[in-house]
Amino acid sequence: MHELSIAQEIISIAEHYYSSDENEHVKSIKVKIGKLQNVLPDSLEFCFNALIQNSKMENAKMVIEHIPIKLECNSCADISEQEGFLFACPKCGSSSITVISGNELTVSELEFEDSPTKQEVLP
Amino acid sequence: MTLITVERKVLEKNDVVANDIRAKLKEHKIFSFNLLSSPGSGKTSLVERTIAQLKDKIAIGVIEGDVQTDLDAQRIDVLGVPVAQIVTNGGCHLDAGLVRDALAKIDYANLNVLIIENVGNLVCPAGYDLGEDTKVVLLSTTEGDDKPLKYPAMFRNASVLIINKIDLLPYVNCSVQKIKENALAINPDLKIFETSCTTDAGISDWCNWILTQANQ
Repeated sequence: MHELSIAQEIISIAEHYYSSDENEHVKSIKVKIGKLQNVLPDSLEFCFNALIQNSKMENAKMVIEHIPIKLECNSCADISEQEGFLFACPKCGSSSITVISGNELTVSELEFEDSPTKQEVLP
Repeated sequence: MTLITVERKVLEKNDVVANDIRAKLKEHKIFSFNLLSSPGSGKTSLVERTIAQLKDKIAIGVIEGDVQTDLDAQRIDVLGVPVAQIVTNGGCHLDAGLVRDALAKIDYANLNVLIIENVGNLVCPAGYDLGEDTKVVLLSTTEGDDKPLKYPAMFRNASVLIINKIDLLPYVNCSVQKIKENALAINPDLKIFETSCTTDAGISDWCNWILTQANQ
């Protein structure tokens, strides 16, 4: 159930971008989740929806973008997408590979209903 | 309607604290590892056997993570090494903030090695950087040889695999060869040890590895 702490962090990041304008509301939060992160989307959404109840973000929707595991082979330079979790090049069989995607866990976009006055606030 | 591109890591706050811990440990030349496994596979027993073998050679400190009780810290305390217990009260993993607070409770400056024993869980702790040098995953023969395939992220993120309870192999349906094949398919760079905390088999090899890391 680390989805609960992940949902809390997502909300906390979104809160940084709120201005003092009371009419401003986050409509959607886009989150990228790599397959290697062990995050259950249903569980994350459940936690997120529970945490935003009776808050300023109450009507926000979380949109999850699933990022597949992609490998780059260090021997033949082939780039492949992995369905499972076997870390070898499907073209030449080499196990010398670099994971180029699948580890993502980021808040990528926020959609506000009204223009926020406070933009790009650093933590 | 306004769209803001954010691109911020969800666990960025954790990572900032983890990097602070890493810098502190590096400053004092302390080798640290995050010990991970499912509950009951022998993490605390391994820590006990490790301390017994290395106590006279190097200074070891331990941070214990559990959902409830300080039973593990009590086991380590009687061995006479600095130990701090984190009780997560239901939390399924340690995070860097908890480790920072626990570290403040032990006199760590003169340690050579810091062992962070995580909450028993092969899923949730995988993604949380605690500021350690490396992750060590422990799998016991009673759990079955398919576990690396079932919990790939954990085995992918670790650099060392310890196959524990090898003394029980005659009684369980588990092949060490299969564990190795499955684990290496997920992570070909894994360094593998086979141990028993009951007979002490393989404990010397594991301890020699720690000594090598601590002296680097």
